[in-house]
Amino acid sequence: MYPAAFDYHRPGSVQEAISLLQENPEAKILAGGHSLLPAMKLRLAEPGAIVDLGSISDLKQLSLNGGATIGAMCTYDALLNSNELETMFPVLHEALAWVGDVQVRNLGTIGGSAAHADPAADIPAALVALEAEFVVVGPNGERTIPASEFFIDIFTTALEPEEVLTQIKLSAPDGNVVSAYEKFPHPASGYPVCGVAVVVTRDGSGNVSSARITATGSVYVVTRLTGAEDALTGTGGDASAVEAASERATEGVSEFAGDHYASSEYREHLTKVFVKRALNRALGN
Amino acid sequence: MTVSETRKDLVGQRLKRREDPRLVKGAARFMDDIVLPGMAHAAILRSPHAHARIVSIDASAARAMPGVAGVFTGRDMEAINPLPCAFPVGRGFENNINTPRALAIDEVHWTGDGVAVVVAETVAQARDAMDVIQVEYEVLPAVVDAELATGEGAPQLHENAPNNIAFKWNAGDQAGTETALGNGEIVLKQRLRNQRLIPTPLETRGATGDYNAGTDEYTFWLSSQAPHVHRLLLAAFVMGHPEEKIRVITPDLGGGFGAKIFVYPEYPLVGWLSKALNRPVKWTEGRAESHSATTHGRDHVTDIQVAANRDGKITGLHVKTWANMGGYLSTIAPGVATTLYGRMVSGVYDIPNVYCEIVGTYTNTGMVDAYRGAGRPEATYLVERAIDLVARELKLDPADVRKVNFIAQESFPYTNGLGMLPYDSGNYVPALDKALKNLGYSDLRAEQETLRKQGKHLGIGFSSYVEVCGVAPSAWINAEGWGAALWESANVKVHLTGKVVVTTGALPHGQGHETTFAQIVSDRLGVAYDDIIVEWGDTKGTPFGYGTYGSRSLTVGGAAVVNSVEKIRDKIKKIAAHVLEVAETDIELNDGVASVTGAPDRSLSFAEIALASATGFSLPAGMEPYLDETSYYDPPNCTFPFGTHIAVVEVDADTGKVDLKRYVAVDDVGNVINPLIVDGQVQGGIVQGIGQALYEGAVYDDDGQLVTGTLMDYAIPHASQMVNMELDRTVTVSPVNALGVKGAGEAGTIASAPAVVNAVIDALSPLGIKHIDMPLSAPRVWAAMQEANERN
Repeated sequence: MYPAAFDYHRPGSVQEAISLLQENPEAKILAGGHSLLPAMKLRLAEPGAIVDLGSISDLKQLSLNGGATIGAMCTYDALLNSNELETMFPVLHEALAWVGDVQVRNLGTIGGSAAHADPAADIPAALVALEAEFVVVGPNGERTIPASEFFIDIFTTALEPEEVLTQIKLSAPDGNVVSAYEKFPHPASGYPVCGVAVVVTRDGSGNVSSARITATGSVYVVTRLTGAEDALTGTGGDASAVEAASERATEGVSEFAGDHYASSEYREHLTKVFVKRALNRALGN
Repeated sequence: MTVSETRKDLVGQRLKRREDPRLVKGAARFMDDIVLPGMAHAAILRSPHAHARIVSIDASAARAMPGVAGVFTGRDMEAINPLPCAFPVGRGFENNINTPRALAIDEVHWTGDGVAVVVAETVAQARDAMDVIQVEYEVLPAVVDAELATGEGAPQLHENAPNNIAFKWNAGDQAGTETALGNGEIVLKQRLRNQRLIPTPLETRGATGDYNAGTDEYTFWLSSQAPHVHRLLLAAFVMGHPEEKIRVITPDLGGGFGAKIFVYPEYPLVGWLSKALNRPVKWTEGRAESHSATTHGRDHVTDIQVAANRDGKITGLHVKTWANMGGYLSTIAPGVATTLYGRMVSGVYDIPNVYCEIVGTYTNTGMVDAYRGAGRPEATYLVERAIDLVARELKLDPADVRKVNFIAQESFPYTNGLGMLPYDSGNYVPALDKALKNLGYSDLRAEQETLRKQGKHLGIGFSSYVEVCGVAPSAWINAEGWGAALWESANVKVHLTGKVVVTTGALPHGQGHETTFAQIVSDRLGVAYDDIIVEWGDTKGTPFGYGTYGSRSLTVGGAAVVNSVEKIRDKIKKIAAHVLEVAETDIELNDGVASVTGAPDRSLSFAEIALASATGFSLPAGMEPYLDETSYYDPPNCTFPFGTHIAVVEVDADTGKVDLKRYVAVDDVGNVINPLIVDGQVQGGIVQGIGQALYEGAVYDDDGQLVTGTLMDYAIPHASQMVNMELDRTVTVSPVNALGVKGAGEAGTIASAPAVVNAVIDALSPLGIKHIDMPLSAPRVWAAMQEANERN
């Protein structure tokens, strides 16, 4: 209940934050704190220093100009309140709405969720399905990491220890794009036992020209379900095409998560079920 | 809140609870709000191993940490005796008692066992120092399953308990039951696991000790559902300190559900620390700490065998249970698993041959003791599952099979075959019929058929229950093994200003005593509700009482209040007769006014009575001043509330997820003092039972590590998972007490888990599924459906 002692820093700029990270190799970045602080209270994490990004107002900016540039410190609640964001990226809105409860959404941040890379988090599924780009700034300046390379493993991203995630960029939907996020929440934590995000583009004749389908919770790192994507692409996206895609949803996935609550076999099954549910809803079947 | 002075009975009215404003405004005073001058804070280092020998403890680094006032181990406090087990199994049964110490000395038996304590100026300093205590353990093999613990080669926990057997107990007619099983037209067998639950009150436990060297007195603030019992046990058994020099205070409690009945190791510990350091010491339990260190509930492995005739009449029920006690025996654990369980396994049914055999076992897990319902949920679960198994086998309607087996109304008081006290009163068919009517049973069965054709799994599940409440008759409970009595006390005083103070040995941790008891006194004394206050929770200011659990506050404590009010009324009549110069028999007492029969203008108001009695200026010869009467009420019997609950669920074929569609309950708790409070008790209880049926379950791995160690893993029910509960009642007055009440605190929990499980099994019966162990989580239900589909 009481974390170990730590130094607390509250930088006013990203550059100052990077300097603090360089000076304090044991430091952890504090964003909304809804993953880090519980771990510290249980003393599962005992960082020697905290670098709190809460005073860097640049990181709380949301700009919408065709696409979206989302400051990493935007809270779930702030993003949920943007009608434009919801209209442009419904899958992100749905994933945001599933996170935690009101208190968590009031403080938790999109960048915090992405950088924490909890294998059972809602947001990464939507971001990968939207092919988000992650802008990070470090001692050597700024670089942009594509979603496909950002999430690496359990609690592991492409972020270097002295880098700060500053922005998440989403491209404007190109053409007729539909999307959805479906989730089976854990009865205790509310985290997804399985979450599936789908972003599907249809061509002028209504056929599926591309599909991006991701799973979270049922796997150890957010994963593109390429078997389902391939199966759906080129079809009319009707219920039978969705059924066929869901059958191939787990193709190529090397390992499903299993624990005392739900076996890996169950999570594998759920992945298929939720691919079907998300696609059918997105495609209006 | 003001209640009109024009007398209308308050009993039976839906008064809002007068204690709620302070609770919901953050103005209540809970355990951690206790702050004393010079107070230090304790943090307890608990064993990371479920079973290990303590080789050495090096606390030197911890002692050198900032703010540390002291670090102590079990060796330092050998003067504190092991805690008592106050309710071992009754006379004549095997009983191998082992109880925990304030801190373990040589060996730890579960991951919550304390091995050292740090006291520091702040909680954070104590917690930091705890991390640098070096303990060397010799890790021993662990066993966590109640049945496996008795097996060959199982790790042994205690020298005096071969094969980890804490006790063996039985009730009923073994030979007759075996004969009935041999002769049964059908005989069914089923293994049932009633899983371990973590009570999870909103407020975790706490303890503050304050030793006064000048008076040699200990003052304890404890999370206690029974402050007087805690004082008694601490004095007489644990600390060897005179009872009159121990004071126990319980402030507002944020729930308890039974887990705060018991004396825990931390309680003598804070007293000892306070004396050792000559300053008050507080310990507040963390949530994760609570999951491992506070008692758990249930955890039975049970084999049932049931014999029945083809008409559904049950002819024999044989029950064998392995009851997990955890690493040691908690305060009343054996009594819960025997008297409150084994004597109730025939439930609402007139079963001619019944036998129940229980083996209580030690395992390397947290202690198990009473948790809301305490034994009766486990009993109800097995018999309600048995009824459904019989109905399913015989293709009979489960409602009809219940009726065929119900104890007939004319049989009350009814004596079952398991040695329970006679059931006081009951009328089971009308409660079931009312539930069927409120549900629209036949229409719903038709809808179920339609949905089945569409591949949808709708299920209807019943639970008809009876519980033993107001557990009290002292001589009886003592013969059952409980080491003391269980009467309850109440004092009623009328102050000079006409204000009435009710002091009770019972105490609230969510039940609403301050409201209910005031309603009773207001009616019976004719005093305005707002002029009555109810005091509780301090051994220094309340008469000795046994506390609140087992739905006993109203049935036993409320009856004591009534007796004290009667004594006050008698004295008022004597005073009024004296002042008004008539015979006592000519005095009428109505609405707080004493008047002369036939001459209503000759009267004394309640204010005048209060003034006369408190000053003593004009009293009958020999009468002492003041209206101040205490009663100790020991009822002649327990009470036996009952009812029928029906759950309607739909199981998602794709995921195994169970959705509650409807919940209909008809309870009979006897007379109802405050229907709003009773509804709240029933609703909360139902939710807890649903939690067991669908979500909750403490899981230890094979090494004895608690996997469900936080609320991120241990699923308590959420409001969003519930349905609107359709509550109704029948009223069968209890003849046991003056109020005619039966008790309402546990009914919901006892009834609801079997109703939900039976509904899920009913939904899945077309697949041939006969049983799934709780919790019926989506993964578990899906796995059962998969298995059934493969079989079919």
